Amino acid sequence: MNFLSYLINGISLGSVYAIIALGYTMVYGIAKMLNFAHGDVIMVGCYVTFLSMSRMGWHPLPAVLLSMIVCTVLGVVIEKIAYKPLRRAIPLAVLITAIGVSYFLQNAALLLFGADTKSFTSVVTLPALKLAGGALTISGTTIVTVVVCIVIMVGLSLFIKKTKAGQAMLAVSEDKDAAQLMGVNVNATISLTFAIGSGLAAIAGVLFCSAYPTLTPYTGSMPGIKAFTAAVFGGIGSIPGALIGGILLGVIEILGRAYISSQLSDAIVFAVLIIVLLVKPTGILGKKMQEKV
Amino acid sequence: MAKINIKSIKKQTRDHLLTFAMVIVVYVVVQLLITAGQMSSLMQGLLVPMCTYSIVAIGLNLCVGYLGELSIGHAGFMCVGAFSGAFCTKLLESVITNKILLFAVALLVGTAMAAFFGFLIGIPVLRLRGDYLAIVTLAFGEIIKNIINVLYIAKDVDGFHFAISNGNEIKLSDEGTWLINGAKGITKIPHLSSFTAGVILILISLFVVYNLVNSRSGRAIMAIRDNRIAAESVGINITKFKLMAFTISAAIAGAGGVLYAHNLSTVTATPANFGYNMSIMILVFVVLGGMGNFRGSILAAVLLTLLPEVLRGLSDYRMLIYSIVLIAMMLFNWAPKCIEWRQKLMAGFKKNTEKGAA
Repeated sequence: MNFLSYLINGISLGSVYAIIALGYTMVYGIAKMLNFAHGDVIMVGCYVTFLSMSRMGWHPLPAVLLSMIVCTVLGVVIEKIAYKPLRRAIPLAVLITAIGVSYFLQNAALLLFGADTKSFTSVVTLPALKLAGGALTISGTTIVTVVVCIVIMVGLSLFIKKTKAGQAMLAVSEDKDAAQLMGVNVNATISLTFAIGSGLAAIAGVLFCSAYPTLTPYTGSMPGIKAFTAAVFGGIGSIPGALIGGILLGVIEILGRAYISSQLSDAIVFAVLIIVLLVKPTGILGKKMQEKV
Repeated sequence: MAKINIKSIKKQTRDHLLTFAMVIVVYVVVQLLITAGQMSSLMQGLLVPMCTYSIVAIGLNLCVGYLGELSIGHAGFMCVGAFSGAFCTKLLESVITNKILLFAVALLVGTAMAAFFGFLIGIPVLRLRGDYLAIVTLAFGEIIKNIINVLYIAKDVDGFHFAISNGNEIKLSDEGTWLINGAKGITKIPHLSSFTAGVILILISLFVVYNLVNSRSGRAIMAIRDNRIAAESVGINITKFKLMAFTISAAIAGAGGVLYAHNLSTVTATPANFGYNMSIMILVFVVLGGMGNFRGSILAAVLLTLLPEVLRGLSDYRMLIYSIVLIAMMLFNWAPKCIEWRQKLMAGFKKNTEKGAA
């Protein structure tokens, strides 16, 4: 029974990673850049939810909506100010800028909200589910997390397959210049990608903080890095890959924490990253890109 | 005796000599100030950290400026160097009595260990294209702190004791000493670092990197940075040269770590010492000093270490300012519109001076 409950916790944590990994994977697929600030957008979303719930006494639902709006706007603004001018620059410059943005968000949060740890109250009020005569308890947060993850995955897949904007995103990720010639507004598409990724980050952040209720300006960076690991694991640029990578990574982390060492759980996750890069750098569902000279 | 004509030396060599001269002049001036009693103890306390940051920034600049790969785990390599160096010192303290020799041995061990870890990380990552090195080095920096914090090593009459995650497992006899005590780190490290040692290390690192970038290997490394495919097509072994540059870069960071550890009596693997912030700070030195410009790295490291001490009121905003510096420098240097604007500005400036001359 213990194993089963660890497994369920792992899937729940993995679902959060999967939602965050979506943001990385979509931006990487389209803008070919690693958006280091993604993890910190999560943190901003958490603070917005936390403040609107605790200070203003809002109901969780509008609080989450507000944080989604704030994060979406933040994502688009970051893209416009910091990344758009560098679209044709060398990757190193873009990467350093992204790190700068991430660092900026962390330190701005540190000055605005203080370094003290805030205890986040769960936004989920669903009662826990008791199975097998009380031997197995699944918390409400876990259920909501997994359901939200599935809904987002299905919704996003449909969005990309069925809508014009989704098709434009696919086209831009294949070939930016060709897409432009076909009448796709490349800039708007990239902004849309950042908007969706950041909006999802807000949801992921709220779910993460509901399960692990400590909030500091550095809350976002660790799950951010792990979600990137998940995206690489599943194959960067692939949406189902983000789901598979996220869930596998969550399960590995929780099982590692339970059976190997709680202090080394982060080390185990990163060991996974290094092994994946060594064995199959394209990830589970990634395609091998041919390079033309 | 051959006469040395300054003008006959290559421009590049002159540039390098200028860097060496700059370091030596600063050293002499500082020593004079200290003997004259004109330097506050606060400033004297900053001297060794300044050297440490300069050395690590030189190492990172090799990686960022010449290899064109970003590492944000150089604090991790510093950490490896610091701990293996301090461990070595603690171990050999009773055997080697000569302080200089003891420090040299610690330095060698720390540098070698950092190089080894750099090599180990480079193998899976440097084969790949893309931004993987950044994320893996970041992960490495976190892992190494995690591991050191659960590592317990002690020595007594029965020999060595070793434990992971539970230090209470070790039953020490009365004479025994802790070498690494988990999260408490290494304590009672003899104070072997000095400003002189730091400056000598800076000169050695400069010598190493200048020779590397001007050698055949160095040109291969730059060719890879500028055009990987073209470099590969003329028969340059990409992975080999990337690994070489990255390993040397990690080794130099390790040497900085050894210097850092022997300046403190206790070294712990906390985020404050070897965390993400430290890696970013070093990156700011490199970016502000100019990527590929080692003299700039040293200058930026020295100035940015002095500034917060001089302007105490700004210390809260220091990190925020660093992040803005990173973004602004990148936009200024690389955004096509900024480049255009700068060229226009330069052209206008030239015109004006020509008019003035005429």
